[in-house]
Amino acid sequence: MEFEPVIGLEVHAQLKTKTKIFCGCSASFGAPPNTHTCPVCLGMPGVLPVLNKKVVEYALRMASATNCGIAHESRWARKNYFYPDLPKGYQISQYELPIAVNGHIDIEVNGDGKTIGITRIHMEEDAGKLTHDPGRPVSMVDFNRAGVPLIEIVSEPDIRSPREAGAYLRQLRAIVRYLGICDGNLEEGSFRCDANVSVRPEGAETFGTRTEIKNLNSFKHVENALEYEINRQIETLMSGDPVVQETRLWDAVKSRTTPMRGKEEAHDYRYFPDPDLLPLVIDDEWIREVKNTLPELPTPKKERFVREYELSSGDAEILTASRELADYFEECFREFPNPRRIGNWMIGPLLGLLNAAGTGIESSPVSPHHLARLLQLIDEGVISGKIAKTVFEEMAASGKPPDRIVEEKGLVQVTDTSAIESVVLKVLSRFPGEVEAYRSGKDKLLGFFVGQVMKETKGRANPKILNDILKDRLR
Amino acid sequence: MELYELSIQTAHKLLKQKKISSLELTRAVLERIQSVEPKVQAYITVAADAAMEQAEFADQAISRGNMTGLTGIPLAIKDLICTRGLRTTCASKILENFIPPYDATVIEKLKEAGAVIVGKANMDEFAMGSSTENSGIQLTRNPWDLKRIPGGSSGGSAAAVAAGMCLGALGSDTGGSIRQPASHCGVVGMKPTYGRVSRYGLVAFASSLDQIGPMAKDVTDCAVLMKTIAGYDEKDSTSVPLEVPDYTDFLKNGLKKITVGIPKEYHAAEGIDPEVAAAVKNAVGVIENLGAECVEVSLPHTKHCVAVYYVIAPSEAGSNLARYDGVRYGSRNKDTRNLIEMYRNTRARGFGMEVQRRIILGTYALSAGYYDAYYKKASQVRTLILEDFKKAFETCDVILSPVAPTPAFTIGEMIEDPLTMYLSDIFTISANLAGIPGISVPCGFSSDGLPIGLQIMGKHFNEETIFQTAYNFEQATDFHKKKPGL
Repeated sequence: MEFEPVIGLEVHAQLKTKTKIFCGCSASFGAPPNTHTCPVCLGMPGVLPVLNKKVVEYALRMASATNCGIAHESRWARKNYFYPDLPKGYQISQYELPIAVNGHIDIEVNGDGKTIGITRIHMEEDAGKLTHDPGRPVSMVDFNRAGVPLIEIVSEPDIRSPREAGAYLRQLRAIVRYLGICDGNLEEGSFRCDANVSVRPEGAETFGTRTEIKNLNSFKHVENALEYEINRQIETLMSGDPVVQETRLWDAVKSRTTPMRGKEEAHDYRYFPDPDLLPLVIDDEWIREVKNTLPELPTPKKERFVREYELSSGDAEILTASRELADYFEECFREFPNPRRIGNWMIGPLLGLLNAAGTGIESSPVSPHHLARLLQLIDEGVISGKIAKTVFEEMAASGKPPDRIVEEKGLVQVTDTSAIESVVLKVLSRFPGEVEAYRSGKDKLLGFFVGQVMKETKGRANPKILNDILKDRLR
Repeated sequence: MELYELSIQTAHKLLKQKKISSLELTRAVLERIQSVEPKVQAYITVAADAAMEQAEFADQAISRGNMTGLTGIPLAIKDLICTRGLRTTCASKILENFIPPYDATVIEKLKEAGAVIVGKANMDEFAMGSSTENSGIQLTRNPWDLKRIPGGSSGGSAAAVAAGMCLGALGSDTGGSIRQPASHCGVVGMKPTYGRVSRYGLVAFASSLDQIGPMAKDVTDCAVLMKTIAGYDEKDSTSVPLEVPDYTDFLKNGLKKITVGIPKEYHAAEGIDPEVAAAVKNAVGVIENLGAECVEVSLPHTKHCVAVYYVIAPSEAGSNLARYDGVRYGSRNKDTRNLIEMYRNTRARGFGMEVQRRIILGTYALSAGYYDAYYKKASQVRTLILEDFKKAFETCDVILSPVAPTPAFTIGEMIEDPLTMYLSDIFTISANLAGIPGISVPCGFSSDGLPIGLQIMGKHFNEETIFQTAYNFEQATDFHKKKPGL
């Protein structure tokens, strides 16, 4: 029997607002424990939440970008449960009436397009963070993260393979990054994903029993965990056992999912409307304003890159992976209107350099202006393409403009025919045996002579002129 | 007349004329506390040194001519309103040593006005109760009869005002917690419109019902306090951005243009003491004689008020009190092996029986499968109760009723019978559910010499008409002039 997996993803995206969702504390990451706290986010007696409007704006951006219907009136709800990282004993979230519902985004897997539905998007506050001391029987809690704004994006169970899940997640991350509302960092936890997965016989109408998988902190983990879990469920069913509805944790070291123990008692969160916050009213004007100020999103931008710059779909995909990368490309293009060559240099040397350094385009030591200038120097015949690679490396190391590097290092291409000719004669006289061999038919030795001349000129000889002279002299 | 017996407005005049100083006034109040507090036990904390310091500041301000109606006036604060650096216990073991690092907005306003805070008044634990017997700290007695309860939950505030242990006080009212003790102690107490006074820094019992309000010796004092504490606060999203009128401006307007409504359902209320009924009836007559028109109104959903209240208030309370888990502040039971035990022991030992009862009630009402039948249904009936009042206020300006069905009962009389105690909130609860303002003003005494209060309820954000009606009634009667013989 053939089985079909059914997957839905719940994504928590931490919003990059300056302050927390219900108080004025900084929402930034990495401060010493419990320094970004106040009576409100510590849940002291008598304090009250005051909504940060920026959070709503960010959620509206995401809702618009994912084609959601936006609720003119949504409500805050309390999700009640006890845990030491939850200061008030409840999390302020949205439940019955979230800010946005019924959206969708388009993804592409192996060149095939597919639309994945979005059930809902809601806003909520993050909890603090617990750390456990292995040496002592204590736990420590840091409330810096308590009250940092999150949006939860819940997909429809439209995903049918781990690869689709990966594509959906990447697309969602590209969108939040384009919108500038979230870092989209799975490893650091600013973009978290839980997966619901079930399998059913191919062609079946109803869903099978699902499990929820947690602890997925990289794209690779998401795909591997789903792959594992799908196979596990199929094997379970084939052996005649039922799939148990439960939460399972992905163990990346052992590459398997295991049932979560302890905390996984049946929770009754006793949701009810938060009486401390008024219903959230959003008028059409606000929605219009957000829609009008949305940036160009990843998919339209990629399509435009293919259309406008005649790039291949693959190259366009890479160059629009982030807004900053695409902006870099377009800045180069304004000064050097040859998109393919910019594309080649960006995808090759530039991304190679950045990946090796583990940094993003925004902290590239080579500015788009400098890269464009480098390409112009090649076109102007000042340097050869090969020398350009050397100049680029130096640009990356020192951040200096290419003109200065060429000048300082004396890398200007030699185009003076007589100068090249004298070097050629010198080389030929040094290798009479090879000259003889060439003349008797070993054409391949031309490269050897080019190499020797380049060595003498430190690579600065204009390759075309050199070739002409060599061929002439060796005739 | 002793200094501690002064009304706020008389003390203000004397301070302004430099006939007395705030130091003298505050000292007199502190001495009064020393002499009668052992009998009444209204205060959980007396902040004598801080009060004298504030009095000195007040005197300096007065000498500079920088004075408000409350500058230098000694006040008591219910012990669930946060005061920076001053212990705020909510009369609970779980917060017995809690010192807030911030002031409630009303406290900021009082301090800005130059008021002197003498201490923190006793109450039912987390404001849950009608007798102050549920205090986890001490038992407060009614200054009119020490065998009796002062009412609750703001029983300490009411008793302190009645006994001259402060010139005025702040209480909080979730289902009658200002009005009922005011009635039992023969003082004036107002529950403002929901959203009129900031709740920031008021330790939450039931967030959609709680309001801070003034308690004082007479209507004018109450209006003066109200004017100071009312107003929009950006720290409380449920406070309403409306101008606050000077309530004292309206007092002297007569009642000729006022229509008072008498709800017919209240006549039929069970368990109403004949002396209370007679005092209220007499009060209605006085108000009519002052020129007001009396009409009968109907509040058909009155019979559901107590049931609705005892679903909504515990539901919110259960959630509001979840933060007392022993993790960040308050007491923690250390004799535990794991997290769940820490929670259980901390909360089982930190909370009193009534608080635990209400947490259990609320947890049940919000549970999966019960939410629709309880919380949701109660919220729907609450809307009907609000509609009742809106309709009634189409034909009248204020509504009159008793505050409590009986005068103060004796200590211990009701402790085994929480249901009867819950039912005694029948006249006060509806104002909280509807969010409307209400006042209790003295309107008589029982044959045992116990005070009886008249409740005047008004339209949303129309406290001035309530004050106006109460003031005219007060001026036409002598009930507020009688003091307990401690």
